[in-house]
Amino acid sequence: MSDFKQTFNSSLGKKLIMALTGLFLCTFLIVHVGGNLLLFSNDNGYGFNVYANFLTHFPPIEVIAYLLYACILVHALYALILTIGNRKARPIPYASAPKSPTLWSSKNMGLLGSILFLFIVIHMGDFWYHYHNDETMGFKEYRTNLATGMTVATDYRPETADFEHSVTTQGDVEIVRVKDLHARVVSSFSNLWYVILYVIAMGALSFHLLHGFQSAFQTAGWSHKKYKPFVQFVGTWLFAVIIPLAFALMPIVYYFKSL
Amino acid sequence: MNLTLKVWRQKNASTKGAFVTYKADGISADMSFLEMLDVVNEGLIHKGEDPIHFDHDCREGICGMCSLYINGQPHGPKRAITTCQLHMRTFHDGQTITIEPWRAGPFPVIKDLAVDRSAFDRIQRAGGYISVNTGGVPDANEIAISKVLADEAFNSATCIGCGACVAACKNASAMLFVSAKISQFALLPQGQPERYNRAMAMVEQMDKEGFGSCTNTGACEAECPKEISLTNIGRMNRDYFTAKFLKEEEEHKS
Amino acid sequence: MILDAKIPAGPLAEKWSKHKFNLKLVNPANKRKYNVIVVGTGLAGASAAASLAELGYNVTAFCFQDSPRRAHSIAAQGGINAAKNYRNDGDSVYRLFYDTIKGGDYRAREGNVYRLAEVSVNIIDQCVAQGVPFAREYGGLLDNRSFGGAQVSRTFYARGQTGQQLLLGAYSALNRQIHEGKVKMYTRTEMLDVVVVDGKAQGIVTRNLVTGAIETHAGHAVLLATGGYGNVFYLSTNAMGCNVTAAWRAHKRGAFFANPCYTQIHPTCIPVTGDHQSKLTLMSESLRNDGRVWAPKTVELAQKLRKGELKVTDLKEEDRDYFLERKYPSFGNLVPRDVASRNAKEVVDEGKGVGASGVAVYLDFAESIARLGEDTVRAKYGNLFDMYYQITDEDPYKVPMRIYPAVHYTMGGLWVDYNLMTTLPGLYCLGEANFSDHGANRLGASALMQGLADGYFVVPYTVGDYLATIGPKPIDTTHPAFAQTKKDVEDRIQQLIALKGTKTVDEYHRELGHIMWEYCGMARSAEGLNKAKGLIAQLKVDFWKNAIVLGENEEFNSSLEKAGRVADFIELGALMIEDALNRTESCGGHFRVESQTEEGEALRDDEHFAYVAAWEYTGEDKPEVLNKEPLVFENVKLTQRSYK
Repeated sequence: MSDFKQTFNSSLGKKLIMALTGLFLCTFLIVHVGGNLLLFSNDNGYGFNVYANFLTHFPPIEVIAYLLYACILVHALYALILTIGNRKARPIPYASAPKSPTLWSSKNMGLLGSILFLFIVIHMGDFWYHYHNDETMGFKEYRTNLATGMTVATDYRPETADFEHSVTTQGDVEIVRVKDLHARVVSSFSNLWYVILYVIAMGALSFHLLHGFQSAFQTAGWSHKKYKPFVQFVGTWLFAVIIPLAFALMPIVYYFKSL
Repeated sequence: MNLTLKVWRQKNASTKGAFVTYKADGISADMSFLEMLDVVNEGLIHKGEDPIHFDHDCREGICGMCSLYINGQPHGPKRAITTCQLHMRTFHDGQTITIEPWRAGPFPVIKDLAVDRSAFDRIQRAGGYISVNTGGVPDANEIAISKVLADEAFNSATCIGCGACVAACKNASAMLFVSAKISQFALLPQGQPERYNRAMAMVEQMDKEGFGSCTNTGACEAECPKEISLTNIGRMNRDYFTAKFLKEEEEHKS
Repeated sequence: MILDAKIPAGPLAEKWSKHKFNLKLVNPANKRKYNVIVVGTGLAGASAAASLAELGYNVTAFCFQDSPRRAHSIAAQGGINAAKNYRNDGDSVYRLFYDTIKGGDYRAREGNVYRLAEVSVNIIDQCVAQGVPFAREYGGLLDNRSFGGAQVSRTFYARGQTGQQLLLGAYSALNRQIHEGKVKMYTRTEMLDVVVVDGKAQGIVTRNLVTGAIETHAGHAVLLATGGYGNVFYLSTNAMGCNVTAAWRAHKRGAFFANPCYTQIHPTCIPVTGDHQSKLTLMSESLRNDGRVWAPKTVELAQKLRKGELKVTDLKEEDRDYFLERKYPSFGNLVPRDVASRNAKEVVDEGKGVGASGVAVYLDFAESIARLGEDTVRAKYGNLFDMYYQITDEDPYKVPMRIYPAVHYTMGGLWVDYNLMTTLPGLYCLGEANFSDHGANRLGASALMQGLADGYFVVPYTVGDYLATIGPKPIDTTHPAFAQTKKDVEDRIQQLIALKGTKTVDEYHRELGHIMWEYCGMARSAEGLNKAKGLIAQLKVDFWKNAIVLGENEEFNSSLEKAGRVADFIELGALMIEDALNRTESCGGHFRVESQTEEGEALRDDEHFAYVAAWEYTGEDKPEVLNKEPLVFENVKLTQRSYK
């Protein structure tokens, strides 16, 4: 066991922890963005609310969720430890500004990461915390006519305080009652400052992943001439362009809808 | 051309240093950067002032002795050369040039612009060799090595140990250097028996010396006078983790 | 005095094997009781230190650079010879021996040279086993090229940096021994004297370049692998730090200095641009494999080219004089270095030189680029072309390179016998620092071979013989000779520090270089040498009166370092002049204008000069005494070299 300890205490080991936690967070982003695309479906939040409910009530996902929170913390903690070590390696800084040609993002991972961490705290406070702890959060009832496929949404007031979710059928009509996170989304994203915060954060995410995704492969030693272009393509287009863009569009679209 | 130099002066390792400004007048474009400093030094000696100390030896870009952080770049603004190969035609009349020593904890300043790079020697002593004695080796052509592999090993082996990678890295990381040394042997059949132990021993020594870690910014690769590639770092990481997580045998651990 | 080189008797091919058998061995259990001092960590020093430590001796090694890896062996570009005959082109140990003896213009010992050729094959095996990445062919086997006038392809290479790769190999072996505690390494430490106890070398005095501390070190034997003295010319292809001090101090303690006038002027260097220049850059001789050397046919054309009125690429084919191809049809551009250099000088002296200074000839690749394509030429010489471009700002793919000879290697050095021991018992000398194997001219790709042969395969045997003779009695620094020698060193440093004159040490060095290059360079005459003799004597007096040495001993003092080295160079310069005056024949790199054939080629005088001139120091400002070691040729017939 001490060998493992030694490995993870080495400079390479610490970076491996950064890489693996980072990559895990990247896979989470795919799931997260996939689910959140439901926000773009014009169904009064039906799909989105059901999805949110599924995420919070399916036990395996709950386990992964806690792993995810741990990853975020470990990723941030090790970033801090590494940064302190790196500072120590150059006790006297240069007087002239370094001019070596490098990508801006690669030199500012700490800054970008800090923005993201701050964002995650606000974001989780706003949605996750409220979703789990806010007694005042409303519910929606979706009645879907199975024959026509038409869905009608109405507010729902639960009869008991510990009500979470139900699916029942009345003849041809399926009734789904679920917590209305969608309403929270609508109200939050009608606030311009909030939208700006999200867009900035997604910009940071883009740059963070532009460097971080492919860098993680290099750190873990998974670098191969043949696959490197593929990793770079995915890192650039999927993680630095498509995902941040999709996320950023959500507050923007909802903001414009709210006008 | 006439230039203004801002040069780091520091009497020895235990005293504090500071920048001192000098005029370098009548500099020819054909001079190398070090020859320009020679001219400045001749002037200083005539005035009875201590000349600017800087490391240099072969002056043809191979010994790795010269250093100098010039206007924010190790070995100055041009790619793939050492300071001794940097010519004054790269600069323009009236320019101010800031000259600093390599800055890294494991590279303490000895005097002015010269630093102690013995950390590099210690890293190589930890395992940067193939354990064969003189004599009793097989005929050179008994081991066939694919040309591609031999060329790649050569590319890694071109490292001159100047320390520009450490100087350029925002974290003062020595990984480009260490990985090049590990790679040279890792790529060759002769290096296989000790491959994984070598990686572990050298990485361990590198950490002991107090170098920073790698953030994959690529500054080292961009500044390396021998254009050692980042691929080496990936290879080192792979070998190190393979050694640590997958290898069962422990060879002659010292 | 007639010197005994201790060359073993018997047939040439059996000398070394027999000798190895006759050498005494040290009991394995006793080896750790010996301490051997190695000064210098280039190819010879690092390989010797590592090999001796592997055998079990304790080694203390010294270098003045900040790391043993930076010794100037690192700068060798072209390659290393070995009689492997991998190409099936008729090479053999005997042929390498013959080529080396002939190339050295019959001024080297048969026995030494044969041994060198014999162990050359082991060197390649050793280096490959260490992981030296030599160039390979697609089949996976080692590649060879023909180099520097050889008719066979026997040169192994690692692109343009064979020296660095071989040195890194020796350095890695040295590192392994340092790691195992068998070698104690001192870097940034300069040797300033040899300690002689009862007529034997038993230690050295060093100065820590960073702190100025003067220290003594004791050893049962002292090995000098301190390189050549080309920097006596100020401008040379040597590194800035290369100096003669260690060898010169040993000379003053009793080691004879042999053939000091034999210097090699390398033909393919980048020409000088101005007075500010601190060193010359060599480009590998391999360039002559595909480049054609030429100069304009007439002085008028040369003048037009110099003034820029005519572009070199516009010069018509019939206006170009490919003088090497014209004069030496069978060897052409691949004539040995001394011949190529002297011809370039001749052309320039005739006023046909090119470049702004007029002191250069062309090395043209246009024909090869047309024949092989730019990519092939780039693959072969890319790094050299880049280097040329960096320095001159001219693109050699488009315009011909300008080249001119520069001092590159010194064949002379401390006299050693077959065992590589100097005339001072217990003091050995290896690599370029000794005089032994190259005669009056060194063939391309032979320096690396000799350094490694001495270090890996000769000295580990021969030192053992001496150590077994003196026995493992501990040697330490308590003998009064150590304190006395240390005091001598300190006194000399104080003398230097006291110099607060008006001229910088570099100015003296530059002046010395001008004298040496002018009168003891590519062509030497009695008149010029006599003049130089006077000039150097004056320079010496002036130096010790008017030089500026700043600061104090107890600091990192480059001014003091240089002063000590230049003072020794001045004395060496005087000896070189003496030696050149004495040798009235022309041979190899030593060309006396009084001794030439009707066609202007070097004319040897075997009757009077088939000997090694070994100079003996007899005291400050006293003339050195010439001792001769006759050269006996039992296997080769002495012929006038001809490359026509």
